[in-house]
Amino acid sequence: MPQNYIPIFLFIAVVGFLIPVTLVAAKLVRPENPHRTKLMPYECGIDPVGSSRGRYTIRFYIVAILFVVFDVETIFLFPWAVKFKALGVFGLVEMLIFLTILIVGYIWIWKKGALDWV
Amino acid sequence: MNITQFILVAVVKIVLAIWLLLTAVAYTVWLERKLVGHIQNRWGPTRVGPFGLLQPLADGMKFIFKEDLTPPHVNKPLYIAAPMISLVFALTSIALIPVGGWVRVAGVNTPLEITEVNMGLLIILGITSLGVYGVALAGWSSNSKYSLLGGLRASAQMVSYEVALGLSLVGVLILAGSFNLREIVDAQSGTFWGVIPRWYIFRWPPQIVGFLIYLTAAYAETNRLPFDLPEAETELVAGYHTEYSSMKFAMFFMAEYANMITVACLASLLFLGGWHGPVAGPAIVRAVLPVFWFGLRVFGFLFLYIWVRGTLPRFRYDQLMAFGWKFLLPLAIANVIVTALIVALRS
Repeated sequence: MPQNYIPIFLFIAVVGFLIPVTLVAAKLVRPENPHRTKLMPYECGIDPVGSSRGRYTIRFYIVAILFVVFDVETIFLFPWAVKFKALGVFGLVEMLIFLTILIVGYIWIWKKGALDWV
Repeated sequence: MNITQFILVAVVKIVLAIWLLLTAVAYTVWLERKLVGHIQNRWGPTRVGPFGLLQPLADGMKFIFKEDLTPPHVNKPLYIAAPMISLVFALTSIALIPVGGWVRVAGVNTPLEITEVNMGLLIILGITSLGVYGVALAGWSSNSKYSLLGGLRASAQMVSYEVALGLSLVGVLILAGSFNLREIVDAQSGTFWGVIPRWYIFRWPPQIVGFLIYLTAAYAETNRLPFDLPEAETELVAGYHTEYSSMKFAMFFMAEYANMITVACLASLLFLGGWHGPVAGPAIVRAVLPVFWFGLRVFGFLFLYIWVRGTLPRFRYDQLMAFGWKFLLPLAIANVIVTALIVALRS
């Protein structure tokens, strides 16, 4: 029933209201005395060196791209799994072909070293 | 049921659920401190109230009265939004978790969950995935080296294990044929030969592999030991929430524990038969027992979480990534194929 989805939005609204209220309430009661050293970026007591938006390894991008590929695969599998019994042999063969293509791609990725972190 | 009544029932249930969840979060923290304390041959909290039971209250007060530093170098809108995003989505996923059957209160028939929707499982997965934004934004907007590294690690780890987590559920979906969590649980009622419960981990084909993959991926999704690389104290100080203090830090903290409770609930519902268990006695006991059985399972999972935290050392980051991509993912795909083939051969 579509109206059953309304309470989810109500929930988000209630939580989305309560959390800023807590923050504002905390602002009213807590002390506020900032100091230059307190406000420095945390680097174990040493003065920060260089930019904090430094470069980082390309691996993170590869992981993000691989995630998109495999998560889309999962999304395709979900409706297929739910309707598995209704789809019968056709659905099974279809999905096995889909997974075979995917596994070939997976092996290729592995061989290329995209899954190795170092 | 007219519209006013509908909204009223929904709001009452929402307020109750939030209160319950926040209490559960607070006492999970207490349980963790107590248990880890005992595991490490210490007492844990003992001073505030009997057995330190009022410790969560004291912690809450302290969080509110602490100075909240907003460093000038941060990207302010995102810095403030990040903990809220984390907490809102961590709490919202509980809205779709059923904790028991239907009850009749003051003439209104209502299920023991905030709302029952056919796409329940799918929406929970969607909402929990959105939690990544909170962590990633916190890491980036803090404009600190440790935060950035923590945020990057957290987002890469959460997306990697999300794939295995999603695939581990496909086996259950094949057997259940529904996204509706109540229907999935109802399909697990009864026992084989009066002894073995018809939970999905005991069915043919057994989903025990799927269950173990889910459990492992859930640790990584919630950034818990042995996969707590995003906030590895020994290398990153506190990871993505290094620059946060006071209430905003508490929000990340609460979000982490709320996520733990959600994945524990989901594991109980999907693999361990939800609220099914022996029920006997007068009507009121019959009504309460299922909720008790469900609570017991969730407690069991939380206990396991804390036990693992007290026992296992932390993984290295390359080990974590290799484990997720090279072991869990192919295993989850194999589980899907084997389950599908066995179900197809039987029918």
